[in-house]
Amino acid sequence: MGTTLMTDMSLFYESDVTIPLVYGAPMTPRTMTVDAESPGQKEVDCRRAAWMVAVQAGDRAAYETLLRDCIPSIKRVARGQGIRPDLIDDVVQETLLTVHRARQTYDPNRSFTAWLRTIAQRRAIDVLRRVGRTRTREVYAPLAYENHSDPSGATEETAFHIDHTQVLSAVGKLSARQREAVEHLAFQSQSLAQAATITGRSTGSLRVDWHRALKTLYARLGGKD
Amino acid sequence: MIHSDDLDDRLVQALGADLTPVHRLAPPGLRVLMWLSILGAVALALAMVSDVGAMIRRLMAAPDLWLAAMGSMLTAVFAAIAVFELSLPDRKATWALLPLPALVLWISASGMGCLRAWSVSEAYPMPPGQTEHCLFFILGVSLPLSLLLIVMLRRGFSLHPNLTAIIGGLACASAAATLLNLIHPYDAAATDLAIHAFAVVIAILANAVFGGASS
Repeated sequence: MGTTLMTDMSLFYESDVTIPLVYGAPMTPRTMTVDAESPGQKEVDCRRAAWMVAVQAGDRAAYETLLRDCIPSIKRVARGQGIRPDLIDDVVQETLLTVHRARQTYDPNRSFTAWLRTIAQRRAIDVLRRVGRTRTREVYAPLAYENHSDPSGATEETAFHIDHTQVLSAVGKLSARQREAVEHLAFQSQSLAQAATITGRSTGSLRVDWHRALKTLYARLGGKD
Repeated sequence: MIHSDDLDDRLVQALGADLTPVHRLAPPGLRVLMWLSILGAVALALAMVSDVGAMIRRLMAAPDLWLAAMGSMLTAVFAAIAVFELSLPDRKATWALLPLPALVLWISASGMGCLRAWSVSEAYPMPPGQTEHCLFFILGVSLPLSLLLIVMLRRGFSLHPNLTAIIGGLACASAAATLLNLIHPYDAAATDLAIHAFAVVIAILANAVFGGASS
């Protein structure tokens, strides 16, 4: 088994060495993990190949064992390909689905680990491409989204479709107490306390008439509930 | 929030529940041989109804003719090997490069045919009106060959479906162009080459569109 293959195989096996990853760039060369784990790699591969042969014959227990055994390896490949932690599960699921659909193509004379690694690498690349495409079309900006005014909102609709005189006419038809509240609080932009002082009424009374006036105006000017 | 391990476990159980026994796919070398055997049988059938001696004399009239025929045949063989390898998920996309040298030989030899078409007395450029014949032959042969190839590849699983479809199209079109030699009594002319290229491109595109979509 050549050095190159061993280097690649290291992606698949657990190691005591923790490799910090920043978007897939290993801070430590991958070869660091090889020596510690290489004796068991062939056994793991043989075991998985035997399970896969049973899977091709329809053995469900072997299948579930094999898939669970593969998940850590797939995650390691995904990290090696530079997949963000929140997208690693996508790669795992896509890879498992591909293994399911392609299970008849596995040849027991070849390495199962290499077969799985190629599929996992391809699915990781697919996820990277999908994320890249999304990034070119969409921007993640929750504050901008929240602050964006709705073009079909009531405010704009009122501004465009309701004549100023209609508003004055509707206000004129309000009861005297409601009209008084609207004139002070809306037209003259006074605070409740100011309006209460000027009119000699209580703030509670003004507030009640203000809300009743708004409700009446909303109904008369064609607002929808 | 669903934990990812739970999600993986549910997927594993769902896939387990969906498991059915499968027949292992035959090795790609064997499948290539089956494909080439079918092509050989078609060639044999065509040879029985055509004048093979005349074809050999025509091809030997100038080096570019037999070089072009050899180029198209090698393209068909190498593209077939490449497409059956590409239909397996653990094969590299670089298998698609395998038929390219033969393709270059085929295209350049056909191009040379156009240059000397008028300078060699034995050459019989194709008369106008016959070009449709070639077009329909290449398309007519490519279509059933493509359908056969799709049937043979359907149980494979390529991780490069579009590339596999394009190389599959090249395999079918070059095979059809090779078979055309058996019933094609004319030498390469500019219109001839253009029609061949057009037919080959249509066959490849059809495979890319339909083959890629179905993968």
